[in-house]
Amino acid sequence: MTTPHTAASTPPPTDPHAPDPPTTGVAAPAHTGSSATRTLGLVTLAAMALLVFLAFVASPRDQVQGDLVRLLYIHPALAWTAYLACGVATTASIWHLVKKTPGSDVLAHSAVEVGAVLTALTLATGSIWGRPTWGVYWVWDARLTSTALLFLLLLGYLALHRIDAAPEVRSRRAAVVGVLLVPNVVLVHQSVEWWRTLHQDPTLARRDFDFATSDLFMFTLVYSVVVMSLVFTWLLIHRFRVGWLALQAEELWLDTAIEARRAEGAGTTEPAETTRTEPPRSEGGLP
Amino acid sequence: MWRDALLVAGKDLRIERRSRVAVNQILPVALAMLMLFGFALDPDSPVLARATPGLFWVVVLFVTVLAVERSFSLESADGVRDALRLSGLHPGGIFLGKFAALAAQLAALQVVLGFGVVVLFGRDLAGYPLLLATLVAATAGIAAAGTLYGVLAAGLRVRETLLPLLLLPVLAPVLIAATRAFETALDGVPSDGWPWFNLLAVFALIYTGFGILAFGSLLEDS
Amino acid sequence: MSGDMTYILAGWGVTLATLGVFALSLAVRGRRLSRMVPAERRRWTS
Repeated sequence: MTTPHTAASTPPPTDPHAPDPPTTGVAAPAHTGSSATRTLGLVTLAAMALLVFLAFVASPRDQVQGDLVRLLYIHPALAWTAYLACGVATTASIWHLVKKTPGSDVLAHSAVEVGAVLTALTLATGSIWGRPTWGVYWVWDARLTSTALLFLLLLGYLALHRIDAAPEVRSRRAAVVGVLLVPNVVLVHQSVEWWRTLHQDPTLARRDFDFATSDLFMFTLVYSVVVMSLVFTWLLIHRFRVGWLALQAEELWLDTAIEARRAEGAGTTEPAETTRTEPPRSEGGLP
Repeated sequence: MWRDALLVAGKDLRIERRSRVAVNQILPVALAMLMLFGFALDPDSPVLARATPGLFWVVVLFVTVLAVERSFSLESADGVRDALRLSGLHPGGIFLGKFAALAAQLAALQVVLGFGVVVLFGRDLAGYPLLLATLVAATAGIAAAGTLYGVLAAGLRVRETLLPLLLLPVLAPVLIAATRAFETALDGVPSDGWPWFNLLAVFALIYTGFGILAFGSLLEDS
Repeated sequence: MSGDMTYILAGWGVTLATLGVFALSLAVRGRRLSRMVPAERRRWTS
């Protein structure tokens, strides 16, 4: 804690939707925010406020969908960012298998965790939209089903990343699963699509709505994707920094533990106090 | 690489011939599951007959989890993994060997299981070319994915719970494709089922190829 | 149509609340971990 900052000079990281975390009691400027992410957070908050205004006040009701069209200003955008996260995770995993840098693994892990949240929200908003539209919360539609399986695949990745193994082993194994994320989703989507089109009428999921009714509708839809991409970027950057810190903390803990063992082996009468410290209980920390 | 694959496959099958875990434990589990499906779905109603292809593949999937765990528990004992690594065998060959041994055991299980379906569920078999082709392609895909995810979970304290979580969602396309292919072979027009066979073949090729490539780096450290 | 509004508000509410809680949890986790790591390993703090 050698930085000259105080809590007052560095405001807490901006949060898109939540109240700022309390600054009292934190003596050092210890957080994952930076001036860039603070700016990004403020822009995101403002953009989100505008999106809410556009979605609920400015845009008209759809002729076919009625007010339910307002849910479409958030659901496709969530789905888009969820798949974006999936793509980032696979790319970073390939990068990790080739280059073996710790950063690429942290990036892949971050993308998967953020992606899991976004996928869960995609499913939730999709079901909430489906209930009044189709009369049921769930249909075995190709997109819905492959998104649900994607969620399970992401959970599998997260579980694999939590195993009690050396960081390199853990990263390597997780990267293999990460590389297969996108191919898996493609295969699942393909199979479910064939399955449903061959065996049941797929029209249920393809009820068209009238895009032409309003230019504002199209604009808001595209704009919502932009806003959600901003949210995704903010979350990914902060999750990456959290993961990076966790990695540093783990290495630090390992270093001190090894030092302590060395000191013990060298014949110091008293085992160092650090040997008894707990490992950092964090993402993927040693048990 | 091929010679190494034969060596590893031979070793696994020899262990199975002597220990008979698959025959004495995994196969009875599969038959028990068939019985349970019979109890759960009224055997007199058409439900059981209609659901037979799906039930067959569900049993195969669950049995795969057991077989994969067995296949990699062989390697975790007494540092066999280190021995494999130091033996100078080609990593792709090791993957292919484990894959071949697993596929052979799964195929044998499926034959017995198919016999059980015919006897217990009273199904007549039809559309043999598609049936056999599906069996081969699906088994290859399941064994390849099983081997790859098996080594990912191998040697961990949580492997028994981690493996199904990793493997079952991945095998979902295989379940869908193999079930539909069987349905068309048994009840429909068999020629409709060949796209499903293609999907299974693509799945098997992706996982076999990626497994051969990735196995080396996975064996490297642990 | 007022029944639809419930669904719409539920969808938006769930989304905004979840994203907010997740963002907040990231900030809290970041703060907790930052205290364990010396400043020279936290390159972005400016």
